[in-house]
Amino acid sequence: MVSVLTKIFGLTNIEIAEDIVHDVLLKALESWKLKGVPENPSAWLMAAAKNKTLDFLRHKKQEEKYARQITPLLQSEYTIGHTLNNYFSENEIKDDQLRMMFVCCHDSINEESQIALILKTLCGFSVSEIAKAFLTNDSTINKRLYRAKEKLRELEIKFEIPVPSEIEKRIDQVLKALYLLFNEGYSSTEGESFIREELAAEALRLCLILSQHTAGNIPKTLALLALMYFHGARFNARIDDEGNILLLKEQNRKLWDNEMIQEGIILLNMASTGDLVSTYHIEAAIAYEHCIAKSYNDTNWKNLLNYYQVLITLTKSPVAELNSAIVISEIDGPDAALNVIFKIELADELKNYYLLPATKGDLYFRKSDMIKAKYFYDIAETLTSSPFEKKLLRKKSNMCT
Amino acid sequence: MKKYLLLFRGGDAHRMEEQKSPEAWQAHMQKWMQWMKALAEQGKFAGAEPLTNDGKVISKGLKVTDGPYMEGKEIVGGYLICNANNYDEAVEIAKGCPIFEQDGIVEVREILEGGM
Repeated sequence: MVSVLTKIFGLTNIEIAEDIVHDVLLKALESWKLKGVPENPSAWLMAAAKNKTLDFLRHKKQEEKYARQITPLLQSEYTIGHTLNNYFSENEIKDDQLRMMFVCCHDSINEESQIALILKTLCGFSVSEIAKAFLTNDSTINKRLYRAKEKLRELEIKFEIPVPSEIEKRIDQVLKALYLLFNEGYSSTEGESFIREELAAEALRLCLILSQHTAGNIPKTLALLALMYFHGARFNARIDDEGNILLLKEQNRKLWDNEMIQEGIILLNMASTGDLVSTYHIEAAIAYEHCIAKSYNDTNWKNLLNYYQVLITLTKSPVAELNSAIVISEIDGPDAALNVIFKIELADELKNYYLLPATKGDLYFRKSDMIKAKYFYDIAETLTSSPFEKKLLRKKSNMCT
Repeated sequence: MKKYLLLFRGGDAHRMEEQKSPEAWQAHMQKWMQWMKALAEQGKFAGAEPLTNDGKVISKGLKVTDGPYMEGKEIVGGYLICNANNYDEAVEIAKGCPIFEQDGIVEVREILEGGM
C-alpha cells in the first residue's frame, strides 16, 4: 500500500504515504471490530486507502508543496478518480512493490537500513515489531529509517524499476536483502517466533513478486526462491511444541511440507538455465539434497560435499567450510572433519561464531572425548544470546559424562 | 509558453448521465480522461475542473439571483487550463476535446499574464 501511495506522492513525501496507511489501518480496526472482518480484507483496505487518498488530495491540492510532486491529473476532478483507480489496479500495485524493492535496496543505503525500510514500507511492520525482530529498541530502528529516507531525498532516487543496463547490478542488491531478510526469519532463533515466521514469509512473497516480473525473472531470482521454498518446507518441523530446536537428525520428516518441496524443485529446474551459477543455486541444491533424503542416514553426503566445494570456491567463506566439515564428518568421520576445522578456525568471521565450538563439541562427542566436547559446548553457550540455543547446548553439555 | 483557458460550453457531459446508459456515460468520460492524460504526458495540462449546473449571479447592487440564466447550450460545464505557445496550438488542443461528440463548443481564451 505504501508503495502505491509513494508513487502518487513521490519518494520525498514517503511519510504522507505512511500516515495515510496508518490511518486506514486504524479505521479498519475500528470498523472491523464493529462489523466483523469483511470478506476480502485486502480489497477493503485498498478501497479505504483510495478514498483516504482522494480526501487528502482534495484538501491539499491547493498547496504548492505537494503539487510539484503530484501529477496534475490528480488535481482535477475530471481525472482524479480514474487516475487513482489506475494506480490501485492489481498489476500496478505489483509493479509499485517492485519499484519500492529497488528503492529500498539502493546501494547508498546500508544493509541494516535496507531491511528495516523493506519491512516498514513493503511489509507493513511497525517500528516496534521491527525492533523486536532485530532485538533492538524503537529508537535504533527509527534512526535507521530516518537515515535511509534522508538518503532517498538527498540523492533524489527515482521511484522506478531500473533500466535493463542497470538491472543486473541492482537486482543483486535486492536479492541479497531478500536473502538476509529470509535468513533473519529462518535461521535466527532470536526475537519473537511469530515475527520471525512473518519475516521469512514476507521475504518469500517479495521474491515471488520479483520472479513474476520480466525484469526480475532471471535464474538467480528463481534459485533464491527455490532455496526459500526448500527451507520454508522445513520451517515448522524445526521446533518442537515447547519451542526447543530440533536438529536435522531429530526432525520428523513427515512434517515437511511436500508441496513446498515440489514447488522448490520446479523452480530450481527453471533456474538451471544460462551458464551462470550463483551461490543461491548452490545453496538451493544443498537444501534440495536435504529435502529429498528419506531419512538423515539416506542423505547423499557425497553430492552435498561437491556442492559445498563449489560454494567455498565461489564465496571463500569460512562458514561454508565449517558446514562442509559437518558433511565430511558424515563421510570420513570426525577426525577428518576436525582437520578441516583446524585450518579455518582462526578466521575472523568465525571468531565469535557459536556454531564453531558447537560443531567441535559435536565432533569430540562422536569421538567419545567427553572432556573436550563439554569444554566446547560450554564455550558455544556463552557465544549465543538465544535462550533456545543455550538450552540445547546445555542439554548437550550435560550429556558429556 | 503561455497559458490558455478552455471553456466548455453546452454539450455538458453531466447531463449525458440521464440521457444515456451508464456504459455510454463511462465510455464518454473515458475519452475526456484520455484526452487530458495525453495532454498531461506532453506537459500541456495545467489543471481542469468540471462545474455543476446550478449557479448564482451577482449583479450591480449586490443583487443575487439563481443560475446563469442562459440557454442550455451556453452554460459553462467546466474548464481546462493548458500550456501552449500560441493561439494556433491552443486551438489544436481544443479540437481534440470530446465535447464535439455532443454538440458543445469550446471557447479558447489566452490568460493575461502580468497584466494586472
